[in-house]
Amino acid sequence: MNIIVPIKQVPDLVEGLEIDESGKDLNREWIKLKLNEFDDHALEEALLLKEESGATVTAIAIDSQDIDKVLFTAAAKGADKIIKVTGNFGTTVTSHEAAKALANAISSMQYDLVLTGVQAVDDRDGQIAVLLANYLNVPHVSVVTGVSINGGAVSVMKEYGGGNVAEFECTPPLVLGIQAARQTPRYVPVAKVRQIMKSATLEEVAGGDVSVVAASTVQKFSFPTGGGSAQMIEGSAEEQANKIFELLKEKGIK
Amino acid sequence: MSKQIFVITEHLRGKIDDVTYEMLGKGKELAAASGGELVAVLLGHNQKELANEFGAASKVIYADHEKLADFNPWMYAKIVSEIVAQQKPRVVLTAYSSMGIEVAPAVSVSQGISLTAYVSDLSIQDLKVSVVSQIYGGKMNIEAVDENESMIACVLPGSFPADAGKATGSPAVEDFAVSGLDESKIQFKKLIAPDKSDVDITQSEILVSVGRGIQSNDNLPMVEELATKLGGAVSCSRPIVDSKWMPKTRQVGKSGLKVKPKCYLALGISGAPEHIEGMKEADLVIAVNTDPKAPIFDYAHYGVVGDLFDIIPALSAKL
Ligand SMILES: Cc1cc2nc3c(=O)[nH]c(=O)nc-3n(C[C@H](O)[C@H](O)[C@H](O)COP(=O)(O)OP(=O)(O)OC[C@H]3O[C@@H](n4cnc5c(N)ncnc54)[C@H](O)[C@@H]3O)c2cc1C
Ligand SMILES: Nc1ncnc2c1ncn2[C@@H]1O[C@H](COP(=O)(O)O)[C@@H](O)[C@H]1O
Repeated sequence: MNIIVPIKQVPDLVEGLEIDESGKDLNREWIKLKLNEFDDHALEEALLLKEESGATVTAIAIDSQDIDKVLFTAAAKGADKIIKVTGNFGTTVTSHEAAKALANAISSMQYDLVLTGVQAVDDRDGQIAVLLANYLNVPHVSVVTGVSINGGAVSVMKEYGGGNVAEFECTPPLVLGIQAARQTPRYVPVAKVRQIMKSATLEEVAGGDVSVVAASTVQKFSFPTGGGSAQMIEGSAEEQANKIFELLKEKGIK
Repeated sequence: MSKQIFVITEHLRGKIDDVTYEMLGKGKELAAASGGELVAVLLGHNQKELANEFGAASKVIYADHEKLADFNPWMYAKIVSEIVAQQKPRVVLTAYSSMGIEVAPAVSVSQGISLTAYVSDLSIQDLKVSVVSQIYGGKMNIEAVDENESMIACVLPGSFPADAGKATGSPAVEDFAVSGLDESKIQFKKLIAPDKSDVDITQSEILVSVGRGIQSNDNLPMVEELATKLGGAVSCSRPIVDSKWMPKTRQVGKSGLKVKPKCYLALGISGAPEHIEGMKEADLVIAVNTDPKAPIFDYAHYGVVGDLFDIIPALSAKL
């Protein structure tokens, strides 16, 4: 079984986001990036399947800032191959463009399963798993929390709301959008990443034509004012806790 | 250019999801502005009577097939694509839900129409559609305009009032002829019901809810202590469940439970749209977060910018 795992970095939301001068994008100069958390789960699920059924795992990413290190980290965790998709990508790649580039690269490879993360925080034009499946012309299941291989068939758990789960039986090749691996994603020490950077090869594949037919046009980025409605409780932690306590009493909760 | 507005409806175990009514309410408004009709699209098997729930629409397109009895990503995407291809509506609304997330991108690629996700608002004027997406975990709004012939929007649940789309009646039902579902490589096997053995957090009047800010499961006892002192239960955000620190039965949000307690304490929860979906109806929300820009403060009634490791013990000590 050949499993391909597309991975990408996203802005770390713990840091403050800034809007750039155009007003139509993030200010990316000082932005801190991190691996999309759902990709970490997708890679973990692929590695679990490899350990159970002897699959080959390939991590693939579109060329972007600091992506080599991300791919070598995947190799250090146990990916057998790492591939960078090259092309004329700007600082931002839409989901459709990314899906097309990945489809162009993957379609010439041998694969049974493609495990992407279920989503990323920045995909304004849709989630990659299903876009990619449609460009590759293979079936898809997304919001997946469990995968098992039984001979030629793949059994997949898909989550709905309210704690409901559906089980599907699928025939590869197919694309799965992974919400959560069956196990917490493994950790790899930096030393091991450094070591693998010396031995592993990072292959490159051209992304090809990524032009997209129709899209909406971004006009403006802005910070949500939501209601901005929360009344803020100020003071020291002790004073804040006091005020919460008074509030709960006042509302008849305590 | 077509002026029609389509809503792709959702149901599970014979029950219509609220987001469907939210979309129908918004769809009605859009149809009035575009001068077109509002059409509800329903897929299922022996479920034609559900069409009566869509009184807000002028018409229901109903696709019936035994293989559509339960949601199937490939089959549902295929049939919705065919229905959209026939009519090229100006706007198709799907939910940003486990079902919608499979349908919207598939229709976008198969029909070559534009797709906008995480949509929290949209309006239409002279057939130009303005659309707002809430991305970066709810930390940024992006306004865009769509001037294409047709577009699909994946709508964040909880963005529009459901009541506006709740109208019973008997809209005209048009049957859609289903074919070509035989060679699917994806077969639905079974639906597994949620576990009922744990505390039912939807019944708790007071919820002390923790997120990733809690850092480790070693820190959960202090949260439990606070909940006990308040006479409530502990609930949590998704990463806490994915880390196996708490059972799925305690998860609040899109793929967890929708709760409506008298009081919801959100401790170290950022307020991603998928979490907000599950708790925005709570009577009183008090949020504690170290990040003054955390989106949770847009939904809380009271906010504390502070460290939960200071606030929790200090509050517990008072009780
Ligand atoms: C299909 C789908 C379904 C989903 N369903 C759900 C769902 O049902 N429920 C759900 O919750 N999520 C769901 N998610 C995940 C969701 O997108 C977010 O990833 C998740 O809600 C984030 O959880 P969090 O707020 O605990 O973590 P984070 O976003 O990491 O936030 C942690 C917060 O803690 C704060 N913090 C850190 N340290 C402290 C401290 N010492 N004191 C106080 N504050 C601190 C930080 O400032 C931050 O705001 C779903 C995602 C997908 C794709
Ligand atoms: N630029 C990219 N390079 C590689 N994989 C990607 C890229 N963009 C998206 N993906 C994959 O698609 C998943 C979902 O991303 P998205 O749909 O953009 O939210 C990610 O978690 C990755 O698995």
